[in-house]
Amino acid sequence: MRNRGLFGAKSLTGVVSGAAMWLAATAALAAKPVHYGQPTDGEMGLQPGVTELKHDVTWFYNGLLFPIITAICVLVLGLLIWIAIRYNAKANPKPAKFSHNTLIEIIWTAVPVLVLVVIACFSLPLLKKFNDMPEPDVVVKATGNQWFWTYDYPELGVTDVESRLLPEANDINKAKAAGVLYLLSTDNKLVVPVNKVVHVQATAADVMHAFAVPAFGIKIDAVPGRLNNTWFKAERIGTYYGQCSELCGKDHAYMPIEVQVVSEADFDAYIIKAGGKTRAMLKSEAAASAQAEAAAAATAAAAASASAAASADPTAAAAGPSVKDVAAQPAKPAATAAPAATPASAATVN
Amino acid sequence: MATAAASHGHDDHDHTPGFLDRWFFTTNHKDIGTLYLIFAIFAGLVGGAFSGFIRWELYEPGLQVFAKGSMLDSLGLFDLANPDNAKHAFNSVVTAHAILMIFFMVMPAMIGGFGNWFVPIMIGSPDMAFPRLNNISFWLLIASFILLVVSVLTPSGPGAGQHGFAGGWTMYPPMSAHTGSPGPAMDLVVFSFHLSGASSILGAINFITTIFNMRAPGMTLHRMPLFAWSVLVTAFLLLLSLPVFAGAITMLLTDRNFGTSFFDPAGGGDPIMYQHLFWFFGHPEVYILILPGFGIISHIVSTFSKKPVFGYLAMAYAMVAIGVVGFIVWAHHMYTVGMSFDLRAYFVLATMVIAVPTGVKIFSWIATMWGGSITFTVPMLWAIGFIFLFTVGGVTGVVLSNAPIDYTLHDTYYVVAHFHYVLSLGAVFAIFAGFYYWFEKMFGIKYNGFLGGLHFWIMFIGVNIIFFPQHFLGLQGMPRRYVDYPVGFTFWNQVSSIGYAITLVGVIVFLIMCVEAMIARRKGVANPWGEGATTLEWTLSSPPPYHQFSELPVIKDEDEHH
Repeated sequence: MRNRGLFGAKSLTGVVSGAAMWLAATAALAAKPVHYGQPTDGEMGLQPGVTELKHDVTWFYNGLLFPIITAICVLVLGLLIWIAIRYNAKANPKPAKFSHNTLIEIIWTAVPVLVLVVIACFSLPLLKKFNDMPEPDVVVKATGNQWFWTYDYPELGVTDVESRLLPEANDINKAKAAGVLYLLSTDNKLVVPVNKVVHVQATAADVMHAFAVPAFGIKIDAVPGRLNNTWFKAERIGTYYGQCSELCGKDHAYMPIEVQVVSEADFDAYIIKAGGKTRAMLKSEAAASAQAEAAAAATAAAAASASAAASADPTAAAAGPSVKDVAAQPAKPAATAAPAATPASAATVN
Repeated sequence: MATAAASHGHDDHDHTPGFLDRWFFTTNHKDIGTLYLIFAIFAGLVGGAFSGFIRWELYEPGLQVFAKGSMLDSLGLFDLANPDNAKHAFNSVVTAHAILMIFFMVMPAMIGGFGNWFVPIMIGSPDMAFPRLNNISFWLLIASFILLVVSVLTPSGPGAGQHGFAGGWTMYPPMSAHTGSPGPAMDLVVFSFHLSGASSILGAINFITTIFNMRAPGMTLHRMPLFAWSVLVTAFLLLLSLPVFAGAITMLLTDRNFGTSFFDPAGGGDPIMYQHLFWFFGHPEVYILILPGFGIISHIVSTFSKKPVFGYLAMAYAMVAIGVVGFIVWAHHMYTVGMSFDLRAYFVLATMVIAVPTGVKIFSWIATMWGGSITFTVPMLWAIGFIFLFTVGGVTGVVLSNAPIDYTLHDTYYVVAHFHYVLSLGAVFAIFAGFYYWFEKMFGIKYNGFLGGLHFWIMFIGVNIIFFPQHFLGLQGMPRRYVDYPVGFTFWNQVSSIGYAITLVGVIVFLIMCVEAMIARRKGVANPWGEGATTLEWTLSSPPPYHQFSELPVIKDEDEHH
């Protein structure tokens, strides 16, 4: 008895029609409205991006990788179907005996190499773009904790903004009633200005976490003892959500990242309200202190004004939270504290 | 072939030992192979049940299954009364599912099961080079399994009532260090891996020695069947990668218990160092899981096309190339840990290189079928299913090899979909293909073709419904290893869970198929597959004599037996 399959070759055509139905379903679902910064139910593609990096990533996937991989799968499936139709035992009772063909072997080695070279030609420049971080307008330090995030603006003197899942966002019905997003809405958001380069320095206080915002196309591991860097420049005002992306214990799914992108004026207002100083304030203070220093050098009676200027030095403002961080984290105090105080040098780490 | 057929005629008076001697102290490669297969099926059912708990929980947002008063709670396996402990239990189940499937299902089935059964026969050898070592390998794996099961029931912490290590099969510190998992569960996992690692290293030594020294006269390496080639490459990967893994987890053990700080930044260590060591093992490990499957598929495709394997040498050396390159791509699992640009660029390029020999294999299988006279038997259905699904898993691997897109997809369900397409649909389909291909040979009875075909079609549909939508979830940003998710991920999670239910039916059909064959006992023949089946196992009776090849077969023809 020859153990034949249940449906044999005929059912391979069933697979094809199934795939066609799948594609039709894709087209139908593609007509849904766009939601920024959060997952959309039933959606089959990437979340829409609001940074240049994510636009590039989206093009790289939708415009290059996806067509290539789809073509390969369709080619293999097509060949398998053709073989099932043309070379089944009924259609072709006498098998051929060939087992070599140098030309075709060279082709199917060389063509994939060329395809991969094309992919690499787009991939590596994009990687370089992620890697070469522009000068920051704002530096944010994101510290992962079990199970919440702490945000600092080391330059601006705003520290220890603890961001936790809203209690009502922990229950699906309460979240609906309160008009917040289940498992995504937090008590304190990470506020950043629109159209400004933001550097994110990620680290962790206990176990590893990962800071990720799909709409920005970024993900960076938060590792104790390290300060990992990434950057984004959000081009649209709005709220964008991410979730911890490195298994960190029981509440791994309950420590979302909520980024609120606001206008520069709103951002400055937020910073002042939080007890910090805006970049403009720091700049004018620095200018004032430089002026004062020049005056001190010029006149012999300027000793008093020079001591007042020292307290306005921006690095002195950042030194406060750094010392506190060291106390909170046993991890490599020098490595953690030093770059936080001088963001320009941190950019070279990664 | 005639030479081989003549040589085993007088082997048929089997002197099989008694039950205890045969199944507990056996040194016979075929019996050990059978034990491995039975064990793999058992472990696969446990691991499959665990994946069922996962998909059941993820059917809708909120905690329903890992919650007080659920049906799972009534089983009493986990402490679900406290929500914190229930979430911990979910992570523990995710971890155990991975470890069970990788180390106790795929590896024992492919290498221990089919490798033990057919490598000696295919190369014309009476047994493995070190039969007693072979026995130790198997029983070390059982001891390892027991340690793993005990660890699932052992306190892990940090809270009271949180049992079983819950930091994922990758065991990254500090989650796996004292900080994340203070209880003894993690120590037991380390011991479990020590034993299974020793088991695999001993097995690898055995296979390498057997293949290098015990080939029949005329069976040169370049005439050796591709399955034997695949196991040879796999054995080298095991031998070279597992000691690094053993070192890494031993450092973890001393970090946990003896105050060292290899991976603890507070003492000058580095958690990222662990990841490098782990993936130096972990990446070859994924090729360990799939390479024997490549060998199996080559045999099946050739047999049922009634044609020799297309590009035999290219097929063999493609596996060698995959094995070699597989050792120098490990950090593509670590694009987000903060590596330099040069390192990331290198790992992007090196990883994409692997697609080339893999493509050679896919196209060579297609060319083997091209011009053939194909019968669509049950093993052939599984093999064709494998080729397509492995292609799907392979191309998403090319996507993920690109660091810029990996920043979006890393640690999301896209990765879960990718590795389940190459493993759950690739490796597992290869295992089922091999199981049906050699069923009659191993057990001497025929399976029911209808049940086998039904099993294939239900499983093919089911696993695709589980894993294809997970690509969409990943693209939308759903992180993996999540006990619960925002409502925006609901639809595809429900589809995925329905796919699990369909797959479960397929598994039940598989078990019915096994039981039906055992009851019906349709007597098997030496070669049910006809002219296409040219390797040496088809020259022996079904089941083969207890000791085969008392007189060694002589291989003369250049193209025969592979």
